[in-house]
Amino acid sequence: MSVAAGIQSSPDTHISVVDLTMAYGDFVIQRDLNFSIQRGDIFIIMGASGCGKSTLLKHIIGLKSPAKGSVYIDGTNFWTSPIDKQERLKRHYGVTFQAGALWSSLTLAENIGLPLGEYTDLSPATIREVASLKLSLVGLAGFEDFYPAEISGGMRKRAGLARAIALDPEILVFDEPSAGLDPISSRRLDDLIKELRDSLGTTVVIVTHELASIFAIGTNSVFLDTESKTMIAEGNPVVLRDHSDDPRVRSFLNRGEL
Amino acid sequence: MNPESESRTPAQLGIEQEKNSAVLLRLTGSWRLRDPLPTADSVEQAIISAGGGTIVFDATQLTAWDTGLLTFLTHVQSLAGQHEMDFDRAGLPDGVRRLLELAEAVPIATDTGRSKQPDSFFSQIGNVALDLYRSGPDMVRFVGEVAQSVGRLFQRKAQFRLSDLWLLIQQAGPEALPIVSLISFLVGLIFAYMGAVQLQQFGAQIYIADLVGIGMVREIGALMTGIIMAGRTGASYAAQLGTMQVNEEIDAFRVLGISPVDFLVLPRMLALSLMVPLLTLYAGVVGILAGLCVAVFVFDLGVFEYYHQTVRALELKHFAIGVIKGSSYGILIAIAGCYRGIRCGGSAAAVGQATTSAVVTSIVFIVVSASILTIVFQVLGI
Repeated sequence: MSVAAGIQSSPDTHISVVDLTMAYGDFVIQRDLNFSIQRGDIFIIMGASGCGKSTLLKHIIGLKSPAKGSVYIDGTNFWTSPIDKQERLKRHYGVTFQAGALWSSLTLAENIGLPLGEYTDLSPATIREVASLKLSLVGLAGFEDFYPAEISGGMRKRAGLARAIALDPEILVFDEPSAGLDPISSRRLDDLIKELRDSLGTTVVIVTHELASIFAIGTNSVFLDTESKTMIAEGNPVVLRDHSDDPRVRSFLNRGEL
Repeated sequence: MNPESESRTPAQLGIEQEKNSAVLLRLTGSWRLRDPLPTADSVEQAIISAGGGTIVFDATQLTAWDTGLLTFLTHVQSLAGQHEMDFDRAGLPDGVRRLLELAEAVPIATDTGRSKQPDSFFSQIGNVALDLYRSGPDMVRFVGEVAQSVGRLFQRKAQFRLSDLWLLIQQAGPEALPIVSLISFLVGLIFAYMGAVQLQQFGAQIYIADLVGIGMVREIGALMTGIIMAGRTGASYAAQLGTMQVNEEIDAFRVLGISPVDFLVLPRMLALSLMVPLLTLYAGVVGILAGLCVAVFVFDLGVFEYYHQTVRALELKHFAIGVIKGSSYGILIAIAGCYRGIRCGGSAAAVGQATTSAVVTSIVFIVVSASILTIVFQVLGI
């Protein structure tokens, strides 16, 4: 377990990002990112549109390799691990993509059942039951046999979440979970995220700029800035809103009112 | 998170009949998806023999749980419901209770307009017949829209961008040259060789030039080009417009009052109807060159001999017929590709289907129109 100097590593540290620089070719998106996510945290990645939030998420879940620096999961450096180790680490994650990213040729129950069929020894009947349970958790009971094209965008998003929690992942990752959801569904989603954290000890990483959600569930956060291309604040979002030294952070968290 | 050592205890289910007509389910060990879990069937026996009352839980010995336990509990709950027993959650861990409540917060949707029963054989046949019956007029309507759009083109009212047209022409014309060259050269070669073997028996090898020249220019050049373009360009039009349909880009045109037929279909049809006849002429020339190669290198004919024979055999009308066929195939491919693309459903699978049926429709159109044109030209004696 060798984590670079400057990051306090404790047994509770689940993910840590060390000196991370992200770039597309020569174009640097963000540089010198250093933060760590504790077990059971609901960690918010925030910042203005286009600052590289989703790109950071892709680095954390192992879809995009860093230009410089490293990402540690459970103390293991993801990008220097051999491929089979990386595959095992990736299984710690359940990811909900922006538009759901459901496989369009499979029904909702089959979408949720696919990872279960791949990674468990469950019988088809049990897989079907698990799928129904997961769908009812996201408020979609009764839609097992629908194809993604037959349901609305918000429903697709929730079904995407049901697929992400199919394997009870240790780390649950959301890209813009509440964008496009009505206030009630959005609130229910927040409750579900909190509940999964409380009951199963899941660590949650969320990219969002939905302020209501940020304050309701966030326990820790990092703020990315577009101008300076690095993080300019870190900590509990409520504390940041009221006590941050940086006017940019306070302005963002107060909807531009200072 | 439970330490690994604790969670190793296997899941066990104790069923006890209590005095006050209650069934006690004692959950011990680790109840997780990856563990071997007891099934709810054993509980069903107990429920039936109890014949009413309450199901209560003792989870004090439970070491670890996840979805595995939740699935078991929802199953037991539905069994309890079927046999009119009460389901008392008091003995379950807090997290389990809250998740079960969350799962029930939204009732099961029943009015989803989806019946469980699969369609019977006859209603499937009926549906296919109705689909065919409805798709005919729809296709005709689409062709009508395209015709109106062509009308607007001549009135200079059609809205599309000239730069799009040039790009489409480049994609459908020059960029198709390599594949058209390859296929028509090989087809010309096969044609010449097959014909020459027969003609040689009469010492009439020189007529390879007539066979290949007229055949390639009049029929085969257009046919091969048409089939290549159906697979190459028609499929790409269907996939592109289909994806645009999925992304609501087509609706965005309609909302702005821009006809998607003007903006998307018309330039594609113009590009194909201009390029396919040119490619057909080119395919004819390449085929004749292939015939020349066979005649000279295999059957020892002279280059000039072959050239003169070709010039004598070919008349302008053969070229004209090739060009007419080429342009009609081009228009048909564009219509089939764009029609399937614009009428595409809203998913990735639908784009795949649209692409497949675009190619199938194009090839059917090509072959049918080839037959019709051949008969018409025969009757007219040209």
